[in-house]
Parts: sequence; C-alpha cells; structure tokens
Amino acid sequence: MKAWFKSGAPWIWLNGGAVAFCMIMVVGLIGLIAVRGFGHFWPADIAQVEIIDRDGNRQVVMGEVVRAQTITAAVARDGGHHVPEGVDLLTRYLFKQGNRDQTSNDFAWHFETGMGEFQYPKDAYQIERREWGNFYGQPVSLSRNGEVIAIASEANFWSDIQESIQRSIQIHRDIHTIERGEIGRMNTQIERLRLDGRRLELSNPSLEQRAAEEARIAAERDRLDQEYAILRVELDALYESTRRDTLRMRMSDGREVDLSLAAIVRITAPNAMSVPQKMGQYVERLWEFLTTPPREANTEGGIFPAIFGTVTMVFVMSIIVTPFGILAAIYLREYARQNLMTRIIRISVYNLAGVPSIVYGVFGLGFFVYFLGGNIDRLFYEAALPTPTFGTPGLFWASLTLALLTLPIVIVSTEEGLARIPSTIRQGSLALGATKSETLWKVIVPLATPAMMTGLILAIARAAGEVAPLMLVGVVKLAPTLPIDATFPFIHLDRKIMHLGFHIYDVGFQSPSAEAARPLVYATALVLVLLIVILNLTAISIRNRLRERYRSASD
Amino acid sequence: MNNERTTMNTQATGTHSVSISAAQARGGVEREAMSLADEKTKVEVKNLNLYYGNDQALKNINLTIPEKRVTAFIGPSGCGKSTLLRCFNRMNDLVDICRIEGEILMDGQNIYDRQVDVAELRRSIGMVFQKPNPFPKSIYENVAYGLRLQGVNSKRVLDEVVERSLRSAALWDEVKDRLQDNAFGMSGGQQQRLVIARAIAIEPEVILLDEPASALDPISTLKIEELINDLKNDYTIVIVTHNMQQAARVSDYTAFMYMGDLIEYGDTDTLFTNPDKKQTEDYITGRYG
Repeated sequence: MKAWFKSGAPWIWLNGGAVAFCMIMVVGLIGLIAVRGFGHFWPADIAQVEIIDRDGNRQVVMGEVVRAQTITAAVARDGGHHVPEGVDLLTRYLFKQGNRDQTSNDFAWHFETGMGEFQYPKDAYQIERREWGNFYGQPVSLSRNGEVIAIASEANFWSDIQESIQRSIQIHRDIHTIERGEIGRMNTQIERLRLDGRRLELSNPSLEQRAAEEARIAAERDRLDQEYAILRVELDALYESTRRDTLRMRMSDGREVDLSLAAIVRITAPNAMSVPQKMGQYVERLWEFLTTPPREANTEGGIFPAIFGTVTMVFVMSIIVTPFGILAAIYLREYARQNLMTRIIRISVYNLAGVPSIVYGVFGLGFFVYFLGGNIDRLFYEAALPTPTFGTPGLFWASLTLALLTLPIVIVSTEEGLARIPSTIRQGSLALGATKSETLWKVIVPLATPAMMTGLILAIARAAGEVAPLMLVGVVKLAPTLPIDATFPFIHLDRKIMHLGFHIYDVGFQSPSAEAARPLVYATALVLVLLIVILNLTAISIRNRLRERYRSASD
Repeated sequence: MNNERTTMNTQATGTHSVSISAAQARGGVEREAMSLADEKTKVEVKNLNLYYGNDQALKNINLTIPEKRVTAFIGPSGCGKSTLLRCFNRMNDLVDICRIEGEILMDGQNIYDRQVDVAELRRSIGMVFQKPNPFPKSIYENVAYGLRLQGVNSKRVLDEVVERSLRSAALWDEVKDRLQDNAFGMSGGQQQRLVIARAIAIEPEVILLDEPASALDPISTLKIEELINDLKNDYTIVIVTHNMQQAARVSDYTAFMYMGDLIEYGDTDTLFTNPDKKQTEDYITGRYG
C-alpha cells in the first residue's frame, strides 16, 4: 500500500479522475440540452385516445404525448381523481392538445386508468397557426369564399390544401414586404419631416425662410400621404384576398371549427409521414427556428433576431474593447514607470474582472445611458426630444458596458503576452537604431498578437454569455427591428436588440405557457452554446495562424 | 592542476588547441608585433564610471579602441566587460537605475553628449548579442529591417544590400533559396550569422559582439570566428568573450577586466604570453574564472 502511494499511481488516478469528471459534466450538459432542445423539432405522432376525466365522464382527446410520469395513487386521489381501490401506482400522460382558442388548456395530464387504446389516425392534422398555438384535429372540408371546393375524403384534398397554403403564405409575405419595407421607409421619412419641422421651430429663422421650409415640409408630407393611400388600398386588397379560403376541421370532441388559411403557417399529418419525410420536416422546422422572428410572446417561431442581436453586440463590443485594452496594456507594460502607482492601477484592473456583472449594468445605465446618452441627445438630437435617441438603452450602450466588463481580460492577457517577449528581441531592434516606438510597433506588437487574440477570445466568451447587465442597458424581450438593415445609416447603434441569453430567461420565466416554452429554452440554450463555440473557434483559428507565424519567439 | 582545468575548458568549448598561447592558437604563425600606439583610435573611453543604483559596476575605465582591429574584453563573470561593451552603443540607457560618469569619444565626439541622437548612434555602432535574436520575420526582412527603419523601401536597393550583407556574413549560399522563410527555421549558428548580417546591413562603423558564440556548437563557433576575421577589414570590432582561446584566436588587442577595473590592456600576443600583472596571469592560466 505504501509502495503504491510512493509509486505516484494515486496521483495519476486522481488527476485522470478529475479530467474524466469534467468530461462527463461537459458532455452531459451539452447532451441534455441537445436532446431536449432538438427533440422539439421532430414531428411527433398524434395520438387519439378515449379517457375518463376527473368527473368520470368519457371523452376522446387528441394530441402529442409529451411525456409520461408514474405517481402514487394517494397523490392522484388528493388531486380529486377517481382511482380504483388496490392500485398503488399509476401512470399519467402529458398531452399537447393544442386548440387553445377552443378548449383553453393546450397541455393536459390524463391518467391511464380507464384509458382506451392509443390510436394514430392517418388524417390527424397538426396545424401551426400564427396565433393561439397549434391546432390538432381531423379535416372536414376546404371552402373558398364560403363554397366548399373539396372534402376530406377526396384523393386530391391534401394537394388542394397545400396549394391554398402556398398562396396564403405568399400573400402574407407580400403584405410583410409592404409593411416592413415600403411603409417602414415612409415612416422614416415622415419622422424625418417631423424632425425638420421641430428643428425649424428651434432654430428661429427669418420669416421667408420659415415659410419656404414649411411649404416644403407640407408638400413632402402630402406626397407621402398620397403614396401611403395607394399602398393602403393595395394592402387592403391583399388582406381581403387572404380571407378567401377556410379549412373546416373536426376536433376530438366532435365539434367542427373553421380556420382561415391566412392564419396558418403549416399543416402536417405526421401519422401519415414516413421517416424520411419526417426528417425533411425536421430540417424545415429547425431552419425556421434559426431564421425567423418569434411569434406569440416568444413561445412560437424562431430566434433569428436574438442570434443576430447577440452576434452584432459581440462584434461591436470587440471593436470597442480591443483597441482600448491593447493600448492600455501597452502603456502599462512598455511606457509607464513601474512604481506604486502602476501597481495600484494593475491591481484595480485585475479586481475589475471580479466585479459582479450586474454592477456594470447599473453603471452602464447610470453613466452611459442617462449621462452620456442624455448629453448626446441634448447636443445632437435636440429636435427629437423628449423622445430619447441615445438617452435610452440600446445596442451601443450594451456593447460599451460589455466592453468595460471585458476590458480587464484583454488588458491582463495582452500584458502577459508583452511580458513574455524576450528582452533580447527588444534590444536587437534598439541596437539597429530603432526608436522605442518603432521597436514596439514593428517587432513587439506583432509578436504579442496571439496573446491579444487570447484575451479577445476570453472576452467574447464572457460577453456572449452575459445577461444580467444587458437587461439594464439595451436588451429587450422583443425588438421590432434588427440593428442592421437597409436604411441609412445601416448600423443602428441606438436600437434595442434581442439577445439569446435574455431570450432564454424570457421564454423560461416570463412565458405564458411553461410547457410550450420548455423545449424552446433548451433549443435556445443550445444555439447560444453553439454560437459561443463558433465565435471562439473563429478567434482561435485566427490566433493559431498568427502563432504559427511567430512560432518559437514567444516560447 | 591548472593545466588540467584549462584543458577541460578547451575541450568544453570544442577547440583542438590545448595551449592557451595566442600564437599557438593561431596555428603557430607568429604575427608582426603590434602596438596600440601605432593604431588609429576609433573610440576612446575616458574616466568612465558606471553605477547600478549604489553599486559601482565600472571603475574609472580608460582605454582606446583601435580602428579596424578586433579588440577583446575578457574577464570572469560579473567583471563588467558586457556592461562596458553596452556603454558603446548606450544600451545601458534602457536600465533605469544605471548612471554613467565620464566620456566615451567616438571619432572625437562624446557619445554621451546631450545632442547625440541615440538611434543615430546605434546605427553607426551595431551590436550582436549572446543569444541569437532574429525577429519573427522572414530572413530577407530581418536583414532589411534596419534599412526599412531608415526609410529605404526600394526593392532594388534592399535586394542588393540583403545579398551583400548575407554574403559578408557567409550565409548567402545557405539561405539564398529560402529568403522568404521565417528566420526561426534556421539553426542557432545560422541565426547568429543572420543577426551579424542584419547588423552590417546598415553599414555601422563599429560592431559590438557580446559573447557571440557562447550559445553555439563548435562548428558554428568556428564559422563566426572566421567571419570576425573577415569583417575586421571593414569594421572596428569589439568582442566580449568568456572563452580565452577565442579571444586569443580572433583578437588583435585584449583587455582584461576584473571586478569593474580594467586590469591590463595591450596587444593579444603579449597579454597572453607575457602579462604584466599577476592577476592577468592568474586568470589566463586558469587560477580563477
């Protein structure tokens, strides 16, 4: 035993065990969120089953079985359910029944006691709607302008529905283009005119100037109003035409409901799908999740604005933090005299890295948003007041706050990189008649770039995952616009953004339907992790390329 | 006992010479007697005192460095020979606590004068360090670095200077096909010759060598020594070395330093065969150091 301790083997086991433990944690974490999150997009079969409800009535329910759970009979009896004597344990199933507009509870637990056979009718439809969540039911007929044009038993019913849906989706897209594109552009112009008018009032010009300017504004506004009227007519026509087709569906309790195709995103019949078809459907849904904006209080649709917002914010943050951090580190290491003062500064910087991030959020709100932003508004955006432009949380302030948060990381690793460069290289350059700054920029800084990149990688990893300070300085649960678009000045630093981390919080805790939100939380978390991994890998590959170039010098 | 130690030193540095006689080290060929009095002075050190904080590292040094000759500084570790060398191109300026009294005149001009531009001075006094310190750039860019600093960007001029410098440093034939490769890919001996090429590319008047061969294998050492011999036709060379055989082989004049004092300075043959001072004799016969 003693010899075994002496041999050092226990240490190897201990160290190896620690590594194995870490690996299990990481793989387990990623695995859990991957399975839970990405399972959500698989088109599950729709079960139809007869149950006995709490009051002892028989009824038929239809929906996706989300999960099953075994509970003791006592718990069930406490819940007011009728459980036969002699049963100790019983299973209950969580059904995703949808039809929130009709039955009010879209998720429901049903006990296996008295439950009939599970059936999977081939014509069970899962209908994704723009509002009210999913609808589950069996088709009856398709109507156009109130006339039935196809009934469910006909062979070409499915293709008729798909055709109608394609049409309504296309119209919806047109409406979206007009509303977001043309009308959005007009709103910008009208807002600009309003600001022109306001500026005119503030600037106090001569009478004729004022008259001329007012006339110009009025003319412009008239022109825009006319354009808007034309568009409005066009839009009304489109809205009218979306109401052309309706689908009559029968719910599991036998009631029939008319659904307007304008409100339908997608109809699938998962029970009739083969595995390859389901795979296709899976990819389609996943793609939709990654590329479309959310619907219905973030519980449906995609997370594209959140991905976009996170990436944009991280980029703006990097652009701010890199030069500041590197210049500060160069000054501290290369120029500043190493005395008590620099020691104090250095210790302060190191300690900044340990300050809780919410404190940065409070500082960002108080100093950046209210003080800096408020002053910017007073100086440059006076006409827009009292509506704040920069004096309100937004992308720029969020990025700036995160830059402040990650500044110590960049400074520390840059300083370490500079310190690692052998003094002989420095002296070699000086001995050739280079000045200190020439030596710095031509030899030292290129050699330290891998260390700077390391700092930036750590900064990105920290910033992309940060949530708490962002809630105060610019991230919102639903941003109507992206921070980058086609209207001048293209990058809108004053806009509020969505963020994956905050999105997880919002969907997980603020969502009206916890069960509906659960898989989205996992999926969003996985996307966030993947996004950080991708950002890091990009930075790491850049660093490795740099390191290759300056290989042995820094070793 | 002493002889044994010297022999061991010799073997450690890998030369075949056993004796420490300068004449024998040169292969038995006796040279004409040389005298400092006949030489044209390039650099003159006058009453030089150097302090690191409160410690005096150089004590009232007076010597002259003759033009286009090789002058060696020898002495035990910590005797101040490298510090003295670094005074010539003012590398000691980089040390905050370093303080210098006295003068160093190069061509009659005090290099510690306030009007002297240090960068300008260092351009005319090149330096090669103990450990090869190429820049993390290509071989070509390493040699061109000094010229680029002076604003020379013409490809024709640079090509020409790079080739001439590498030829002078006896490196051209080895690297002419891989000028764009990273200098870190070269061997230690090649790197050291590259650093010499880099120093002579800007055509200095004086080249300072701070133990240039101490980190190298015997064959590379030999090449460096041959190179020093070639270079003294065009440059004034000052070399610091731990290795007395090396000093004896390459130098024309040798200064022996001990504890910050210049003990003895004279032509190499005399100093090694017939030193004036007891301390010098003790050192070169291996009684200490």
